[in-house]
Amino acid sequence: MQELLHQVLAGLATGGIYASLALALVMIYQATHLVNFAQGEMAMFATYLAWSLINAGMPYWPAFLLTVVLAFVLGVVIERVIIRPVENAPVLAVVVVFIALLVILNSVTGWIYSYTIKSFPSPFPAEPIFGQYVTSHQGGAIGVTLVVLLLLFLFFRYTPLGLAMRAAAQNPDSARLVGIRVGWMLALGWGLAAAVGGVAGMMVAPIVFLDPNMMGGVLLYAFAAALVGGIDNPAGAVFGGFLVGVLENLLGAFVIGNELKLAVALVLIIGVLVVKPSGFFGKVLVTRV
Amino acid sequence: MSRRQMIVVALVLLAACMLPFVVSNYRTFQFTLALVYAIALLGLNMLTGYNGQISLGHGAFYAIGAYTAAILMDQYGVPYWATIPAAAVVCLIAGFLFGLPALRLEGLYLALATFALAVSLPALLKYHHLEQWTGGVQGIVLLKPDAPFGLPLNPDQWLYFFTLAITVLMFVLAWNILRGRMGHAMVAIRDQHIAAEAMGIHTAMVKSMTFGISAMYTGIAGALGAIAIQFVAPDSFNIFVSIMLLVGVVIGGLASISGAIYGALFIQFVPNIADAISKAAPWAIFGIFLLGFVYVMPMGIAGAVRMAVARLTRKAQNQAAKP
Amino acid sequence: MAALLQVSGLHASYGLTRVLHGIDFAMDEGTITTLLGANGAGKTTTLRALCGMVKTQGQVRFSGERIDGKAPEDIVRKGIAHVPDGRGTFVNLTTEENLRLGAYTRRDRGAVEADLERVYGYFPRLKERHTQQAGTLSGGEQQMLAVSRALMLRPRLMLLDEPSFGLAPLIVRELFEILRTVNAKEKVSMLVVEQNAAMALELADHAYLIETGRVVLSGTTGEIKSNDAVRRSYLGY
Repeated sequence: MQELLHQVLAGLATGGIYASLALALVMIYQATHLVNFAQGEMAMFATYLAWSLINAGMPYWPAFLLTVVLAFVLGVVIERVIIRPVENAPVLAVVVVFIALLVILNSVTGWIYSYTIKSFPSPFPAEPIFGQYVTSHQGGAIGVTLVVLLLLFLFFRYTPLGLAMRAAAQNPDSARLVGIRVGWMLALGWGLAAAVGGVAGMMVAPIVFLDPNMMGGVLLYAFAAALVGGIDNPAGAVFGGFLVGVLENLLGAFVIGNELKLAVALVLIIGVLVVKPSGFFGKVLVTRV
Repeated sequence: MSRRQMIVVALVLLAACMLPFVVSNYRTFQFTLALVYAIALLGLNMLTGYNGQISLGHGAFYAIGAYTAAILMDQYGVPYWATIPAAAVVCLIAGFLFGLPALRLEGLYLALATFALAVSLPALLKYHHLEQWTGGVQGIVLLKPDAPFGLPLNPDQWLYFFTLAITVLMFVLAWNILRGRMGHAMVAIRDQHIAAEAMGIHTAMVKSMTFGISAMYTGIAGALGAIAIQFVAPDSFNIFVSIMLLVGVVIGGLASISGAIYGALFIQFVPNIADAISKAAPWAIFGIFLLGFVYVMPMGIAGAVRMAVARLTRKAQNQAAKP
Repeated sequence: MAALLQVSGLHASYGLTRVLHGIDFAMDEGTITTLLGANGAGKTTTLRALCGMVKTQGQVRFSGERIDGKAPEDIVRKGIAHVPDGRGTFVNLTTEENLRLGAYTRRDRGAVEADLERVYGYFPRLKERHTQQAGTLSGGEQQMLAVSRALMLRPRLMLLDEPSFGLAPLIVRELFEILRTVNAKEKVSMLVVEQNAAMALELADHAYLIETGRVVLSGTTGEIKSNDAVRRSYLGY
């Protein structure tokens, strides 16, 4: 029983990280109808930036905030420079651009920082402060995730800029007709998604250690989580993230062992999708013929 | 096929036949692999380009084909040439069976499902309970076959011609399929799913069959690849293979038979070029090549060639029409 | 007095297909003008050309300033509001959010709030439903919402694309009454594209008849209504 609780809580902690990345994926999906396969590598790169800052002597939280800002800028720049030229290209061509981005970020990071695994500090104390079933970092990661999600929710719901971004994502033509600069809204969306991804990266690095390939598995889980929650539903993505995190942990600990847990988790998720093709909370798309 | 097209094909085939006698063995080996990829890309293109079903998991069928050949050769002493049809049958069935439940999934959801397939397969191959057949993490080592009937060809050259023959066969087969009722049904489903159904096309059957045929092609490629490389191991068939196949199809040109050849040459040789440019970050260079190709030729190399030919033909017609 | 809107030699194409073949017309400030024509005549394209949504050749002057070639977002900031065909509702946002978006480019917070109240005054049904998701409003309500959203800009010129489309005649009458009121009280000039010639001629002061991308007839609505050819082809009697 204790072991179960421990695994569930640990699952919620990694789930929070999946939820953050899934949310980033959904944010870009809502605006572009594309899944950004390079989201994980962008998050990884941002985490390495944080590592550089901390290594240079900056204390954790200032480095954290600065990294969030830098990740935001990186997202905006990537959208304006790399994605903009293909905004009218066929879908699969854009997918290849994402793949190129993924590969470039991964390779450049390995080149600058080498592939040796590095440790990344956690801002939370080593002793468990949230009770005996969860480490402080796990509890803290859940907390940080929730704070980020709350801030995003408030931003999109209650600020004019958030409203404009939602409008631009839902109906770019009408948005232009009320004077919204849709291109910049898109860039802003990418910036926010990159910033959220950066937070996810900084929360996961202390657990899996910093290495250019650390986000591969995380991205896959985040993708699955976003679909299970309904790819066009941010709240669904968050739910999906937590669900997938717990599922992964329970499978790994009690059912199949770490070798095959990824495969089994994915098979289960796909099973859900075959039964409920729009995910748990997605809109069932009724297309007019 | 127009006369001009037939001449081009004949010339290309002639050049292909002369190739092993003018380049080194290693180059011949590389071109053999390019041919292998061309078959695989043709398969994926039929599914994604002509039928509109995206697959991020064709590496799995490539692996299944490869392991079928390897296990048959290593454990049952089957001659190499017989493993090709065996791999074809196994993958045809596997693809069809995968295609059936996958019917309910479209776009992203299908991408995820195929992604899951590609990620699961190496894990399964490494699974210790299956080790006695798959050879586990170490994989299986194979021997390269010698030229038969005492032909004056070294193994690399023989394998090249063997692969070339199969490639030509597969291309002709694809051309026939795509030209016929099946091909038209595939494209109809891609473009107007509901209308296709309303016209009496059995979409479920066609989509599953397309999956099966596409898997068959990739499986044949996998088997040939295994024989050429003389080695199969789970880690050679990770998600990266699936991603490279998708890249090859897009760069080569979707819904195009010639696109398979352009794409195959790209994924075989550009990584080498990238490596030559930068030993430190070769994949970054590869990524930049990808960006360049997509920005300049969003419809793939085949698309760009098509547009260039159209423009030249129009110019020639205008010239001819001038008094 | 120079015209508020002056269009000369306007050509427009969708890709390689030329749709407008040299449109000329003008509008004075404070008037309601209607563009009439059959389906495919080029009326909607004309409005889109004015908004910068299609590639154009020719000149469009708004208050003397050239606006052809500008992006839609910039044209909005000149004070031109477009009510598109199909209404262009943000279906997943609430009614009030839709309205506030109409004022997106404005900096005068207080006046925006006042305008919101005034718009609710014209269309009390929108106030009733102001927290409702806009996509769940009826066709007539969504049309009112689209017009209100345009009004939230405090535009000098409003472009309306087939506002009567898909609406019951009673609702159209109600809507056009309000448009007349807004035009009279707030001096908002209006350019209305309509297939429903009869109702449009009741509403407007001037009319232009467009056929296959060209203006073939122009005049006051009185003149147009009494024109035999128009009566037979477009008014049905």
